[in-house]
Amino acid sequence: MFDDFFIRALFAGIGIALITGPFGCFIIWRRFSFFAGTLAHSALLGVTMAVFFDINIAFAVFLISAALAIILLKLQKKTKLPNDALLGLLAHASLAVGFVILGFLTSIRFDVMGLLFGDILAVNEIDLMFIWIGGALILLVLKLIWKPLFASTVNYDLAEAEGMKPDKINAIFTILMAAIIAISIKIVGLLLITGMLIIPAAMARNISNNPQQMVVLSIVGGLLSVMIGLFSSLEFNTPSGPSIITAALILFCFSLIKFKKYSELKK
Amino acid sequence: MKNEKKKTLLQVEKVGLSINSKILVEGVSFEVREGEIVTLIGPNGSGKSTTAKIALGIHKNIMGNVKKFTNKIGYVPQKISIDWTLPIRVIDFMFLTKDLNNEQISDALNLTGVEHLKQKSLSNLSGGEFQRVLIARAIAKKPELLVLDEPVQGVDFKGEVAIYELIKKISEDLSCGILLISHDLHMVMSATDHVICLNGHVCCSGKPHIVAQDEKYKELFGDRASKVLTLYEHKHDHTHSQDGTINRKQ
Repeated sequence: MFDDFFIRALFAGIGIALITGPFGCFIIWRRFSFFAGTLAHSALLGVTMAVFFDINIAFAVFLISAALAIILLKLQKKTKLPNDALLGLLAHASLAVGFVILGFLTSIRFDVMGLLFGDILAVNEIDLMFIWIGGALILLVLKLIWKPLFASTVNYDLAEAEGMKPDKINAIFTILMAAIIAISIKIVGLLLITGMLIIPAAMARNISNNPQQMVVLSIVGGLLSVMIGLFSSLEFNTPSGPSIITAALILFCFSLIKFKKYSELKK
Repeated sequence: MKNEKKKTLLQVEKVGLSINSKILVEGVSFEVREGEIVTLIGPNGSGKSTTAKIALGIHKNIMGNVKKFTNKIGYVPQKISIDWTLPIRVIDFMFLTKDLNNEQISDALNLTGVEHLKQKSLSNLSGGEFQRVLIARAIAKKPELLVLDEPVQGVDFKGEVAIYELIKKISEDLSCGILLISHDLHMVMSATDHVICLNGHVCCSGKPHIVAQDEKYKELFGDRASKVLTLYEHKHDHTHSQDGTINRKQ
């Protein structure tokens, strides 16, 4: 009934949604949305590095994102600049440097639009393996650090005092974020990773009252966005990545309506 | 003596902390043993909370040494800001750092009188209710060392008395060591084993009735403060009449 490329795209999208669901919640809880954006911006630098040194794109993106995250942690301790200023500085600087390096690579041309929006319909078997195996590992690590990560998200002092080692856990979380961006860059593109991380989780926040529920709803929202987005991009012949995010946005709007009704009922 | 059998839970040796070359606190040493309540008192900005945080390992790059002889620690911080972007109920908050079953959670919440709030969202609690939940959370897993930083702030008077009684009971029943920071000199003087009076450094320390007569203590808190003990002893004659008839005049 459907072509192979569409089935692959569906599986890739489902894999991404399963990963971004729980991580999106942590990003919202920790007010990290801009951080995800910064990492995504730095991905361009990673891709140009990959082309320049002829190495695997996902690997290069992971290295650059992780390096950027570490630089950020250092800058936070060394400077008196607020977090958002540091994030803005790193985001735009890495994007600019990425483009400058791109300018030097006159011999190689690659599709910047493809990088920005991804091409989920061009996913091959190897990409799929990358997403599912990488994703499973990422989720496994998340499950292992869930309790201390959640505790240090709620309150750093409490977590530190009661032996949850928040510094170590925060570093692991940051590296996991870099890994997510690395494996999903080819699929949803760097501008849309942030959307997939934030919008389903934001939707879930509107209709949940405890953390577990929010994670489940965030995953469900992501899955629905992927399916609705992909099927409608097939139906209406729209670009698939942006269609997924648009679907997520529509779900978010629905959650707002429900939320209002619910709170009115309570009154 | 019985004292010698008590296990030391926390040993703090000449600790201090300076941030941007400004010394917040320095040269503080003390020990907390099983079943013992050690209190830190001092004016605002004297480094009480800082000392507690040093002891707990929250502050890094400290001067001196901290030795902890237990991992079962419960902490009630002075200020806690929980981001309300986080949907979290009392019950979720209870097993934040420990694995607890439903019964243990209910028991702990019962002790601080807030069992009925179990399923409520943390963001809907009043200041006093939240404080009671914080204390319940800290004692739920029966810690060996309890660090309480202004535990009764925002709690109504009746609750305050009950919570201080609870703290005393915990220290006896669980023979857990308690490091307490409190402004309530009545409580400090009546229920504590060891008082440390801080003002950037240790001004004086010892048994409550000795500290209360110390010149430095009088200097810091004023003459009235040293009468607290006598006031308290007077009050003690009429204890357990919890109908609010406590008259501070003699």
